[in-house]
Amino acid sequence: MRAVRGTLATAERVLRQLRRDPRTVAMLLVVPVLLVVLMKGVFAGSGAFQRVGVPLLGIFPLISMFLVTAVTMQRERSSGTLERLMSMPIAKLDLLLGYGIAFGLLAAVQATITSVVAFSLLSLHSDGPAWAVVLFAVGNAVLGTALGLFVSAFARSEFQAVQFMPLFLMPQVFLCGLMAPRASMPRALEVVSDYLPLTYAYDGLRLVATDGTWSGELLRDVAVVTVAAVASVALGAATLQRRTG
Amino acid sequence: MVGVGGSGGGLMLTTYLGGRVSGMHEATAIEVRELRVVRGGNVVLPGLSLSVPRGSVTGLLGPSGCGKSTLMRAIVGVQRVAGGRVEVLGRTAGEPSLRGQVGYVTQAPSIYGDLTVRENLEYFARLLDAPGGRVDEVLRDVGLDEVAGREVSRLSGGQRARVSLASALLNHPDVLVLDEPTVGLDPVLRRSLWELFHRLASAGATLLVSSHVMDEAARCDELLLMRDGELLASGSPDELLARTGAGDIEGAFLALVEARGGAS
Repeated sequence: MRAVRGTLATAERVLRQLRRDPRTVAMLLVVPVLLVVLMKGVFAGSGAFQRVGVPLLGIFPLISMFLVTAVTMQRERSSGTLERLMSMPIAKLDLLLGYGIAFGLLAAVQATITSVVAFSLLSLHSDGPAWAVVLFAVGNAVLGTALGLFVSAFARSEFQAVQFMPLFLMPQVFLCGLMAPRASMPRALEVVSDYLPLTYAYDGLRLVATDGTWSGELLRDVAVVTVAAVASVALGAATLQRRTG
Repeated sequence: MVGVGGSGGGLMLTTYLGGRVSGMHEATAIEVRELRVVRGGNVVLPGLSLSVPRGSVTGLLGPSGCGKSTLMRAIVGVQRVAGGRVEVLGRTAGEPSLRGQVGYVTQAPSIYGDLTVRENLEYFARLLDAPGGRVDEVLRDVGLDEVAGREVSRLSGGQRARVSLASALLNHPDVLVLDEPTVGLDPVLRRSLWELFHRLASAGATLLVSSHVMDEAARCDELLLMRDGELLASGSPDELLARTGAGDIEGAFLALVEARGGAS
């Protein structure tokens, strides 16, 4: 009971903080839409929009929630509130789950808005249902939140926290199959990509867009993304130290 | 034994028997033995021993940088320690069961600037399982009821410090560790906070309050004077004055430093 209370109280607190920062919320919700519109324009002559559109809908939340979480958590460390929380009766996991819930909800709104715009106004097509895309996006957002929490343990400033994005996420974006099919990569890179969670997030979204049935492959992708999100929350909890130097 | 002055005064209050304080255990809320803390390669506390009596307001006085905050962090259980023992209410500091019983206020106010005063307190109240009405009570206690709806980032430094303090009072902790809670406050407010501290102590709480301002010493029941990570002396203000023959605690502090071999 205490655990649930700590988790929910934290999720609510994080959402309240976001509400106090309407500009950030607006940017989180509007920027992905603008980027999708831009993408539609860029790929106007090539049909590539159809290929990368759906996966991108699901990958935006991963990147933005990663950044928001890494910075928010870093702020929690530097403001001393983390130290206060660590001296209080709240489990580390509850704190992280609270963050996961808050940012997962925000990601659901973000992905829904972006998907509605892409599917209805930009005539993006998906064989699978749009809700499956949104669901994947939420899963990816939780993964992004969890990874953001994890890397924030290694950042000493908000500036460093932001720098973890190119270090941690960009290689995954390059290797996941979005830029080039994984089969066409050098074997070594393909093997590396087998172990990166974004590979499965991309693959799952691609399958939703082009196949739309619950194949074994899609289930595997969903399972990997889920396990990766849970594992990074657990890792984040493990790197959160009650006692610091 | 580190922490006991060598100047031979009969008022050096703590006598150690085999590492334990003789006959004081039930009356002791915090017991620190040979605490060694190294931060960033520097020995901050080389082997500090002291004890804090229950139900008192104990002042932890010393110049900034002498290790007061580090000691407080160790008592609360958020400081990595290299050796020694810290016991709070008879249990090892930082034990999960103590987290609901020990309140901690850091030197810099640790609250959320983008939430209102009330929202901050409501969040901490939920974590601490404090009853609903407590938020209003602690707001009155620290004199912030009028700014309850204001965003913390719009408050003055002193008001923020009081929000931070109020957050630690929510669940009636048995032990309150306050790191420089009255810095920068106006004298009237400072007096009312010290009155609050004494009310809490007479209700049974143990307060350890740090300050680098020696004139706050007179407001404490007990004093711990620290310098360079070591305990210079402990005792009530009157005892320390009598022992050193000084007119005020600042003078007593200087006399104790000189008795130890002067300034290092």
